[in-house]
Amino acid sequence: MASKTININLKIWRQKNANSKGSMETYKLDNVSTDSSFLEMLDQLNEQLVNERKEPIAFDHDCREGICGSCSLFINGEAHGPDRAVTTCQLHMRKFKDGETIYVEPWRAKAFPVIKDLVVDRSSFDRIQQAGGFVSVNTSGNTIDANAIPIGKAAADKAFEAATCIGCGACVASCVNASAMLFVSAKVSQLALLPQGKVEAQQRVLNMVKQMDEEGFGNCTNTGACAVECPKEISLENIARMNREYLKAMVSAE
Amino acid sequence: MSQLDSKIPEGSISEKWTDHKNHLKLVAPNNRPKIDIIVVGTGLAGAAAAASLGEMGYNVKAFCFQDSPRRAHSIAAQGGINAAKNYQNDGDSVYRLFYDTIKGGDYRAREANVHRLAEVSGNIIDQCVAQGVPFAREYGGLLDNRSFGGTQVQRTFYAAGQTGQQLLLGAYSALSRQIGLGRVQMYNRHEMLDIVKVDGKARGIIARNLVTGEIERHSAHAVIIASGGYGNVYFLSTNAMGSNVTAAWKAHKRGAYFANPCFVQIHPTCIPVHGTNQSKLTLMSESLRNSGRIWVPKKIEDAEAIREGRMKPTQIAEDDRDYFLERRYPAFGNLVPRDVASRAAKERCDAGYGIEANATNEGVYLDFSSEIKAKGKQAAFASGDHNPSDEKILELGKKWVESKYGNLFQMYEKITDENPYETPMKIYPAVHYTMGGVWVDYNLQSTIPGCFVAGEANFSDHGANRLGASALMQGLADGYFVLPYTVSDYLANEIRTGTIPTDSPEFNEAENSVKSIINQFLTNNGTKTVDHFHKRLGLIMWNKVGMGRSEQGLKEAIAEIAALRDEFYKEVYVPGDADELNPELEKALRVADFFELGQLMARDALQRNESCGGHFREEYQDAEGETLRDDENFKFVGAWEYKGMDINQSELHKEPLNYEFIKIAARNYK
Repeated sequence: MASKTININLKIWRQKNANSKGSMETYKLDNVSTDSSFLEMLDQLNEQLVNERKEPIAFDHDCREGICGSCSLFINGEAHGPDRAVTTCQLHMRKFKDGETIYVEPWRAKAFPVIKDLVVDRSSFDRIQQAGGFVSVNTSGNTIDANAIPIGKAAADKAFEAATCIGCGACVASCVNASAMLFVSAKVSQLALLPQGKVEAQQRVLNMVKQMDEEGFGNCTNTGACAVECPKEISLENIARMNREYLKAMVSAE
Repeated sequence: MSQLDSKIPEGSISEKWTDHKNHLKLVAPNNRPKIDIIVVGTGLAGAAAAASLGEMGYNVKAFCFQDSPRRAHSIAAQGGINAAKNYQNDGDSVYRLFYDTIKGGDYRAREANVHRLAEVSGNIIDQCVAQGVPFAREYGGLLDNRSFGGTQVQRTFYAAGQTGQQLLLGAYSALSRQIGLGRVQMYNRHEMLDIVKVDGKARGIIARNLVTGEIERHSAHAVIIASGGYGNVYFLSTNAMGSNVTAAWKAHKRGAYFANPCFVQIHPTCIPVHGTNQSKLTLMSESLRNSGRIWVPKKIEDAEAIREGRMKPTQIAEDDRDYFLERRYPAFGNLVPRDVASRAAKERCDAGYGIEANATNEGVYLDFSSEIKAKGKQAAFASGDHNPSDEKILELGKKWVESKYGNLFQMYEKITDENPYETPMKIYPAVHYTMGGVWVDYNLQSTIPGCFVAGEANFSDHGANRLGASALMQGLADGYFVLPYTVSDYLANEIRTGTIPTDSPEFNEAENSVKSIINQFLTNNGTKTVDHFHKRLGLIMWNKVGMGRSEQGLKEAIAEIAALRDEFYKEVYVPGDADELNPELEKALRVADFFELGQLMARDALQRNESCGGHFREEYQDAEGETLRDDENFKFVGAWEYKGMDINQSELHKEPLNYEFIKIAARNYK
């Protein structure tokens, strides 16, 4: 498709650091190629800012192909912007109109404090994984042969779909309660669906949910916004499965 | 000149590793908590090493510059991981994987290391399944495989087009478990900016806390660097934006030799460049070459018509298409190794048959229409429909392709705004992986005692060209199955050492040098951005140290980089302060190292008067444009010793390569 260029206005959240108060600032950016990704557009803006000897806008990013989960951004009121099933780095400027004003904000959640501008601290997600997002097997390699336990394709595929979560936090940012249920349930589901993970499934769900609550994430009220905005289209089914797992674990807990 | 000791154990190739392991020294469990280990980088190699050493009971500190260890760039590997399991009963074995890897590397890798890799490959799959990695399975519940380039068996395990993600999350889960147990201390958003040597041994690192800007001292009895490759020296590559050479380069500057820096993998199937604001290139997995056929128009006027938008690829008749890989390499067809496929695409585009309407016409087609038809027919037949309509065939065929490559097709569509189910993908080679890296011996120890290097950051297993689906294998092999043994052997002599103090003159010196370079950048009164220089460096590298290299071009590159580097130090402007999150400062520190590395790559390419694997010297090719290796003069690992900022002073040390178990031959995929 032939590329063209557009001129845009940006309203971007600026915040010096965690302790300072932030505000929306206005920028004008011309000659943005519609083939550019959203982050390439921000690169272009930063280049302009640095050339004007102004401080560039800080934002998290790394792989720029939708898999590392570093990039975030609340764009025009939606996590990862208006496109579906993409991260911000995969969002292209062809989705925007010439002359459009675009609002860019960081993830907003108590458990994701702002570090600077659009960068937030998502280490709460790591701590939830550390509480139980694993199979307790040492890495000696002395396990059984990989094909010793056949796993039905349906279960394997479902586990895989849950495992594609990139831990970006869009679910939390999209939720009115800043709930992390989609994220946590994806890991709980992946491992509960596989025979290797079933053994400690009960302890896992209890530990991960406990940590999730301690981190200050909200509760799930089934609005479903998380699944709509999830760049990897993680299904709400996982939340239902986690609730079942949790309930089972609660009633059978010793 | 010192002799490099690769410490390859004696004995037959299949016994070396087992025998070596049996004789390595151990550290008793009660002594392990007295020993500190630093791991830099949390990709497959780093996360696996940190988790394994944590499990053993050592005090591990792990560092990554990303906001979480799960974001390391191993996560972006798409296609798969090789293992000699022979589940498909097509004649695979440890020996064949060993042989394919040596041959694929164009006889420039160490036999003993590669054989060890092939030996442990099967265990990696067992380990990952035990961790809950959801590999693709068949309906019978067993693991599925596919083929990758440079092999004639199906030994690649995969999880759709996200294998790296699933393996890294597996390693991350093992690491998370150790962090949760308190055996690994994790330092997110920390960047290693120097290695500290005391009495000649690696004893710690200087790291910058990227949030507060604080310069921190961390001591240890051993330092493991697993910081990935250096493809970003080209600015545009398939690497993540943050991927960099700094940790490895600092070790080099402190005495670790850097081996074969000119061995760079240019991957044939990436989405072509679209414009000057482009920040990175996106790979389309090699696995697609299982199903896609690569072609350009046979007639130059058709190629012109396509570039000018007067014609569509689907309008070009079958007979007017040049499936150039199938034509040139009938035995391997579209699944030749990456270096071969990339050069063949470049040859067609240089000859004027490129189809992309960018400045250099750089693009060829990757076409799935034959596979869609074939798989559609198969699927219809299997469901009992022996006379399916064309629509039905297309529908079923597209469904099959989606099940195998869905996420890749979606990525392609999002980037290009074209539907690859309907029209062929446009692709072109791009910088992807670096085979060169820090020189290590068989134990993965560098020339700095106590400094070990793993994964893409070392040079050891892939020779002059890496085969697809072997990077994941190497990262996990190094981290899970090699370092726990060899690092323990080294540490057996450290049980009486005690904690390494961080107030020594060596730590002072290292910290001061880091602070001084940071201060230099922040007070420099230049006018141009870091990216401005990085892009210009990248262009020199791509044009003169890229897919085709010549003596003249390389000499020009060395001089041009030197001039550009001077300009960089004079003219760069780095905004912000030292004591805050400052991405421009981070970039400046990394690009400074890329300048030195870029020059060394050119020097290394210049001394290697032969063509092998990904290193193609235009002077050394045969009549058909194939590489001409010179085994008599260049069958060695070129390991460079740093002698100051003027790279022309760097000294080359040669580790001869002996092929005792594989007969060295011309690499032939015809």
